[in-house]
Amino acid sequence: MSERIDQRAPSETDSGPASSPGVPAPPPGTRRRPSSRRGETIFRSLTTGSGVLVVAAIAAIGVFLLIQAVPSLLANQADFLTFPSFNTGDPDNLAFGIRDIFLVTMFSSVFALVLAMPIALGVALFLTNYAPRALARPFAYIVDLLAAVPSIIYGLWGILVLAPAILPIAEWLNANLGWIFLFADGNLPVLSGTIFTGGVVLAVMILPIVTAVTREVFAQTPRFQIEAAKALGATRWEVIKMATLPYGRSGYIAGSMLGLGRALGETIAVLIVIRASTSPMGFSLFDGGYTFASLIASAASEFSQPLPTGAYISAGLVLFVLTFIVNALARLIAGGKVNG
Amino acid sequence: MAKRIDLKDVDIYYGAFHAVQNVNLTVTPRSVTAFIGPSGCGKSTVLRTLNRMHEEIAGARVDGEILLDGENIYDRNTDAVAVRRTIGMVFQMPNPFPTMSVRDNVVAGLKLQGVRDRKKLDEVCEASLRAANLWKEVKDRLDKPGGGLSGGQQQRLCIARAIAVEPDVLLMDEPCSALDPISTLAIEDLIADLKTEYTIVIVTHNMQQAARVSDQTGFFNLEATGKPGHLVEIDDTEKIFSNPTQQATEDYISGRFG
Ligand SMILES: Nc1ncnc2c1ncn2[C@@H]1O[C@H](COP(=O)(O)OP(=O)(O)O)[C@@H](O)[C@H]1O
Ligand SMILES: [Mg+2]
Repeated sequence: MSERIDQRAPSETDSGPASSPGVPAPPPGTRRRPSSRRGETIFRSLTTGSGVLVVAAIAAIGVFLLIQAVPSLLANQADFLTFPSFNTGDPDNLAFGIRDIFLVTMFSSVFALVLAMPIALGVALFLTNYAPRALARPFAYIVDLLAAVPSIIYGLWGILVLAPAILPIAEWLNANLGWIFLFADGNLPVLSGTIFTGGVVLAVMILPIVTAVTREVFAQTPRFQIEAAKALGATRWEVIKMATLPYGRSGYIAGSMLGLGRALGETIAVLIVIRASTSPMGFSLFDGGYTFASLIASAASEFSQPLPTGAYISAGLVLFVLTFIVNALARLIAGGKVNG
Repeated sequence: MAKRIDLKDVDIYYGAFHAVQNVNLTVTPRSVTAFIGPSGCGKSTVLRTLNRMHEEIAGARVDGEILLDGENIYDRNTDAVAVRRTIGMVFQMPNPFPTMSVRDNVVAGLKLQGVRDRKKLDEVCEASLRAANLWKEVKDRLDKPGGGLSGGQQQRLCIARAIAVEPDVLLMDEPCSALDPISTLAIEDLIADLKTEYTIVIVTHNMQQAARVSDQTGFFNLEATGKPGHLVEIDDTEKIFSNPTQQATEDYISGRFG
């Protein structure tokens, strides 16, 4: 950018000697227009250029992955979408499918979201509408800070402290509500290290980011909407219903989808928490297994051979599409006007 | 039911800042009182103490008595929310709930008061929109969002919303300042109609408007920035505009300052 300015400066000004590189003398009157137009041209080509670059890079990565995945998919002896296990030990006899991986991924992430969403909503509403001012500011700051901490930190706490602590809850649910498929006996011999445990840990991990986004959006509710409700004699809760929620709803959903995206892609914590199982996944939260991310991470040692690697890459592509769909859905629900 | 308002020795503060000093005035039922005066003299501040919106600002406080038919609305046992349910307010910028339908906007206050009967709500909705001179324009789009109306329509929607609960008092803070001349006239006509049933207090920047719509006019002024605003005088509108007692009022209405 400065290069271009240098080129123009000597040719257009006779006042300034070339000894003032970079910053030409302040342009008098008529010179403002061309220079600002040039700025616009530069800026536009920069932004267009980076936009094109990003899209091209993503497309290139996609093509690269597809090229790697296709031979394995062709060599696959099983149905990719419905086969429950992922056997890549024998490169000449690949049999892999994503049914269980898909289910474990969705169950653990959606369960995490179901746990995290109401808590995030409650905390965000408390901080924006109920907390005394002296408390709300520092707390909002803390929530934002917490959201910036890598989620594995919360994952550690979840693994070491929360997971053992919730075991009695899991036992109670299984004993009393076992007739509901979600709480039925799973494919693991014990009730620890299940999707249930993993979902709780994931919920803890995504809670800060969902809360931070939601609080931020709620805090931006226009004053005039809040005053409109208050002037009608709305109580705090009614102000929330009439002003905060209608304004912040789409941001809340967007924040939650951000959290869901993180849960879908979370690797290490899930790998540590959720046990693998030899039998197929039912539809219970007390099942075990791999998610897309933990499966790929667990198989890193096999990546020396192209055919097994391609199998994992195809699983990765599914995760890619899945996150894409989640985001598109979020935008659809938010009605295209995400405020966050 | 229209009620009478009395302010006795009212002082208003924003934290340590003394915004308005020693206001005494009376507003009689079924009349229009206009507040005029230069910017920053505290007209909005006084208006917002009348429905206890002032205290929503951190550190804001009111001294003195504000009586609604003799009852102090700042009484220890009186709930600010209850006060606001009987005192309607229309703001400078039209502020309908943007995503709520026109109908739900109008009956929002009634719903807050617990009215659920669909037929009753529809009746009040129509009556309020008619009273606000908006019925003809929106009767075919009652289910469309309130944010989709024009500025003048939105302001009349806000008036309909305020009168739907049949408030004791209607407060308006420069309700026409964001509107075009035609919408302004529509709202001035409306104020003249509403006067027969409501006690109205209106802040206006526009002296012609004060002269046109009000029965009583109060002139607020402040000696210097940073000093508290005060009520210079309040009297029949005709008297204020033809023969005010105070020199400052005379100067202001004749355009010699402000
Ligand atoms: N929220 C607020 N916090 C602090 N000071 C305020 C606030 N609102 C208004 N003021 C001050 O109070 C004084 C009166 O303001 P206002 O009532 O809005 O005047 P007017 O409506 O007559 O133009 C001004 O000095 C203004 O700066
Ligand atoms: Mg004002």
